[in-house]
Amino acid sequence: MNEPRFPKCVKVSSKPSNFCPGCGHSITLKNLGFVLDELKAAPETVFATDIGCSLLAWDYFDIDTVQTHHGRVTALASGLKRALPKSNIIAYMGDGGGYAIGLQYLIGAVRRDDPMMVILVNNTVYAMTGGQMAPTTIKGENTTSSPGGIFADEEPLQGPELLATLCHEDAYIARTTVDNQVQLQNYLKKAFATQKSGHFAFVEVLSYCPTNWKTDAKRTIDFLDHLKQTYRVGVIHGE
Amino acid sequence: MELLTGNEIIVKAAIAAGADAFFGYPITPTTEILTHWSEEAAKNKGLIFLQTEDEIAAGFGVIGAALGGKKSWTATAGVGHLLMQDPIVMAESMRIPFVAYIGQRGGPSTGTVIYSQQELSVARDGGNGEGMRLVLGPSNLQELYDFTILAFDWAWRYSLPVIILGDGYLSKMTGQVEIKKGIRTMPAKPYLQNDRKPINIRNCYSLEEELGQVLHRELKDFSEIRKVVEKSETQSCVDAELVIFAWGSVAGAAKEAVGNLRSEGKKVGLFRPITLKPFSETRAKQAVRTAKTILIVESAQGKFGRLVKEALFGLADIKIEELYKPAEGIMAAEIEARVREILS
Repeated sequence: MNEPRFPKCVKVSSKPSNFCPGCGHSITLKNLGFVLDELKAAPETVFATDIGCSLLAWDYFDIDTVQTHHGRVTALASGLKRALPKSNIIAYMGDGGGYAIGLQYLIGAVRRDDPMMVILVNNTVYAMTGGQMAPTTIKGENTTSSPGGIFADEEPLQGPELLATLCHEDAYIARTTVDNQVQLQNYLKKAFATQKSGHFAFVEVLSYCPTNWKTDAKRTIDFLDHLKQTYRVGVIHGE
Repeated sequence: MELLTGNEIIVKAAIAAGADAFFGYPITPTTEILTHWSEEAAKNKGLIFLQTEDEIAAGFGVIGAALGGKKSWTATAGVGHLLMQDPIVMAESMRIPFVAYIGQRGGPSTGTVIYSQQELSVARDGGNGEGMRLVLGPSNLQELYDFTILAFDWAWRYSLPVIILGDGYLSKMTGQVEIKKGIRTMPAKPYLQNDRKPINIRNCYSLEEELGQVLHRELKDFSEIRKVVEKSETQSCVDAELVIFAWGSVAGAAKEAVGNLRSEGKKVGLFRPITLKPFSETRAKQAVRTAKTILIVESAQGKFGRLVKEALFGLADIKIEELYKPAEGIMAAEIEARVREILS
């Protein structure tokens, strides 16, 4: 029997990772690892994580990594890129960090067209703190701070669409999902290429959170499908 | 010699110390540091400049650039200083060099754009940790220049945040300073992308004991560093019956007052900490050996006073007098009048 395929740039000593079973972070990170391997980009890449579940990736890869909090990862990445213009800089965050408490840093980075890539994992909740509603929570979604769907009455934030109104012509902005790993890898590769060409790249990944959605396998997959009705999957800006 | 403002002097000192990246957000009274740096960076492609969305972004930009091997820094004041504590406490947690000039303004909140000594506690301990940072308190323009250079040396020598805690008077004052040539400070090194084995840097721990061990080690290291960096100054304390305690701009006024009172034959001295963190408790105690009374003078309601009382704890026979003027300047004449009143 073949061994399961796993990226070479992952840090074996830190596995198994701390993510919950069924978590979309593991799928996203594994695919990012394959892309880093394929592009032979690991040695010249810095991976910066945020707070919440994204920080559990602080030792996921055997590459230079730094961990921050509260959406500040984007601001740190902007400073890092200026000091290390030849390195690939990846800012990795969740929807709370990126779209609520750290949104102005994202807006700053996209307006300046900072040549770095942002991966934002959108699972519609603050997962680490127990599943409170986020800017991405859909209308009527049941979370621990919108019990029975009450209070979840705002229009969900369309991050990539918002950033696309502010970005440079040659920037790349896309939304993909953890249930389409071919597309996920392709978009990440395009994001690397965009950064290399000197522009800002942003990939939102619609992701599973069975722990906080309180869903079994089938209902987890179904809810992600349901989210695609609110969040358009595809390239939002660029080719 | 050229006439320069405090803010211009700070930029000249930073460049002399090898600074090559500045991240900041405009706020009075430190805005001209940002604008002077932008003028320098416009002339020199080797200097990084970014005007950020807020002070938090500025501070995290400083950390990012420091991780990449740049001598990066920022300047802010007042409520901007409060936001800046977020990145400063992260630099503290990960032992990343960080230099910030703080030009204290009046508070609480927006207060005034001019002056105070109210940001002392925030500078010393403004975080959710143990306050492992170094704080220097300049009292004149030459010290502003010299201490800014020293801050860049210490930040990279000890991998710690270093704050130069000035105020609006110092920032906006015009004067002459001796610009030194051939200054050597601790060089910067890249923490990431440095041809060594990749590293994973974090400040989040799963277990109390795990973080406890890290803090124990860091605090031990900090107590070693404090022995080397502690600085203070005394004036006429040898036979003093009354010792004035003051720091920063107020210490400048207090020096003048001590000179005038001594010429009247009054046995008055001054103890002035140069490092507000660490505060030299040993030297503070030595300064009051012959004193019956101390007079604490500050432009805040006892923030410095609490430090002094803690340092002198146990010396029960010393009488403590206070001259507190929150967010207002203090002249030598006011200090002299108070001392005459106490000694009469």
